[in-house]
Amino acid sequence: MTENSAHDHYDHEGSKLGMWLFIFTELLFFGGLFIVYAVMRYKNGTAFGLAAEELDVSIGAINTIILLISSATIAMSITAIQLKKKKLTIILLATTLILALVFLVNKYFEWGAKIEHGLYPGSESLHQLGHGEVLFFGLYYFMTGLHALHIIIGIVFIAVMIAKVQNEKLNVDRYVQLENAGLYWHLVDIIWIFLFPLFYLIA
Amino acid sequence: MSNSKLPNYLEHQGKFKGIFGWIFSTDHKRIGLLYMYSIMSFFVVGAILGLLMKFELIAPGKTIMEAKTYNAIFTLHGITMIFLIVVPGIPAIFGNFFLPILIGAKDVFYPKLNLLSWWLYIIGAVVAISSQFMNGASPDTGWTFYAPYSFKTQSNVLPALIGAFILGFSSILTGLNFIVTMHRMRAPGMKWLKMPVFPWTLYGTAWIQLLATPVVGITLLMVVAERVLNIGFFDPALGGDPVLYQHLFWIYSHPAVYIMILPAMGVISEVIPTFARKAIFGYKAVVISSLLIAFVGYFVWGHHMFTAGMSGTSLFAFSFLTFLVAIPSAIKIFNWMATLYKGSILLRTPMYWAVSFLFVFMIGGLSGMVLGALAINVHLHDTAFVVSHFHFIVFGGVGFAFFAGIHYWFPKIYGKMYDAGWADTGWIVFFFGFLLLYTPMFYLGIAGMPRRYYDYVPEFHFANILSSFGAFIMFGGLLIIIINLVRSARKGQKSEENPWGGKSLEWTISSPPIVENFEEIPEIK
Repeated sequence: MTENSAHDHYDHEGSKLGMWLFIFTELLFFGGLFIVYAVMRYKNGTAFGLAAEELDVSIGAINTIILLISSATIAMSITAIQLKKKKLTIILLATTLILALVFLVNKYFEWGAKIEHGLYPGSESLHQLGHGEVLFFGLYYFMTGLHALHIIIGIVFIAVMIAKVQNEKLNVDRYVQLENAGLYWHLVDIIWIFLFPLFYLIA
Repeated sequence: MSNSKLPNYLEHQGKFKGIFGWIFSTDHKRIGLLYMYSIMSFFVVGAILGLLMKFELIAPGKTIMEAKTYNAIFTLHGITMIFLIVVPGIPAIFGNFFLPILIGAKDVFYPKLNLLSWWLYIIGAVVAISSQFMNGASPDTGWTFYAPYSFKTQSNVLPALIGAFILGFSSILTGLNFIVTMHRMRAPGMKWLKMPVFPWTLYGTAWIQLLATPVVGITLLMVVAERVLNIGFFDPALGGDPVLYQHLFWIYSHPAVYIMILPAMGVISEVIPTFARKAIFGYKAVVISSLLIAFVGYFVWGHHMFTAGMSGTSLFAFSFLTFLVAIPSAIKIFNWMATLYKGSILLRTPMYWAVSFLFVFMIGGLSGMVLGALAINVHLHDTAFVVSHFHFIVFGGVGFAFFAGIHYWFPKIYGKMYDAGWADTGWIVFFFGFLLLYTPMFYLGIAGMPRRYYDYVPEFHFANILSSFGAFIMFGGLLIIIINLVRSARKGQKSEENPWGGKSLEWTISSPPIVENFEEIPEIK
């Protein structure tokens, strides 16, 4: 017994269950922030509405569309691998990855513009605006920042998937990791679907 | 399956040699022992910190330390005991070691993730403890990190927060691993309702780890952001709300109490039937009550905040739910009692611990009822009464169950028997010291002594002397127990495979178990 044979077992359903449990954890993780948002919004409704007008709805909308498309492409890559279309799988995954990068670039310019206007936690000009604005932008940076961190982790995750499809560690018989990457990416997507209206649209 | 020719997990030579064969091992049994050695080391440190506090409190005024040192010590005592010991505690040690065996599996579902959990645990511990050795003062917030003090104080709270965050991850991954293991890896024929009680309690625990821990994780991150970036969520000066912090903190930290106590109940549910020579009474009731505790435990966090400022309606709701959660706990107590009734009771060290568990756990539980009553809580809030209640339930619960478990499973883990004479002596000394340490604190709390103070009025002197002496005696008992176990693990007499006549699967395999537990996966009829 040189190798532990318990490591070799492959259980598609079990691995997916594990990923779902991880997603539950993630939802509760963001859930704490949504509670804070709800409480703060309840207490500072008007100020939140005014602060939301500082955000650029069009960049937010573009990023929403980007993420929705990327969710579609990663879902298609899972179908592609089941159809044994290796090249198509890789193209679809690479598209997802590029879209994720575009999302981050947009985010960078968006944050950059805000920071240039002096709208960042702890800044002088933000503190002059009042409590509601301070909390709004605190939440904005914290929640979109944490979301962006998840995008970055997702990019690494997807890059690893591309490599594994390339050298056929993932194939038509064993593709649960790709499916899990897809689940994770949909999670990142759906969190954004909630962040977008909460910060950009309710004014 | 006895007299196995296959190497057991202690002797087995894997890819790595020596210590690396342990710290890089993915064998659930080795990981369980890694947890046990690390947790017990931290436990001795935490106990010494507790002892220093009791030294300080042996007389009014300054005895051996300044007030600030005392604050730092109770903070470190709390952080160590909670985050490093009782939260991972029984699931990480006995869960890792025995869960796969009890359900007839070769290992957990994700062996590598399991090893990663242990590494995260160690990294989290190192980060948290590094706060003691950096420039500046040690953290002095208490383990609860209450805002706004936790981001106003100049002490090194940051590493403690980050350490606790990493430890949370370790806990989540263990929970996730256990749930998938129980869903996918039960031996053929082991239906859900044939699973022993200990795995069931781990199952309830794992869900709490999974669904409650992330809330405290994000909360701690918010405090980090509060310190580093001034985001203001909990800072009244910026429009934030410190009470919101308390809500978020207890949304995790109350269920965390059930993370601690449920597996302890599971261990007791294994020990009592074995030594009463009967099947557990009301198996289904015990299982369902475990899940009910896990569920209802989510909705009682507000009882930590009765004096923090909440609406009357919430106060009543939280108080009511607190009383409600007592019902499934009481169901368990009655079932254990009924298991003992007309049993053929064998009194050995694990059984002494189990029976004394029932005693201290009931005192802890009933004093919890006292604290759950709104009017009385206003009087007792933040007094020594709370400290006493908490230690009866958590230390009395988890600690006694741990010692019951380690003596119960010791012959299986090491294939050797502990010295029964010293083990019993250790138990009686420890038990007596425990009662002497914490019982006077009930009185002190009712009389009005606040907790977390290094000083008190002379009227409280006598009870404090009793309590401090109790601490010394208990620590002596602890030393006897640990030294005896360490000595026996090295030089103890060889043990039979089933010294107690246990009926569950771990007693059907060799001692110590072989690398993948079973030569053939058992069929459960």
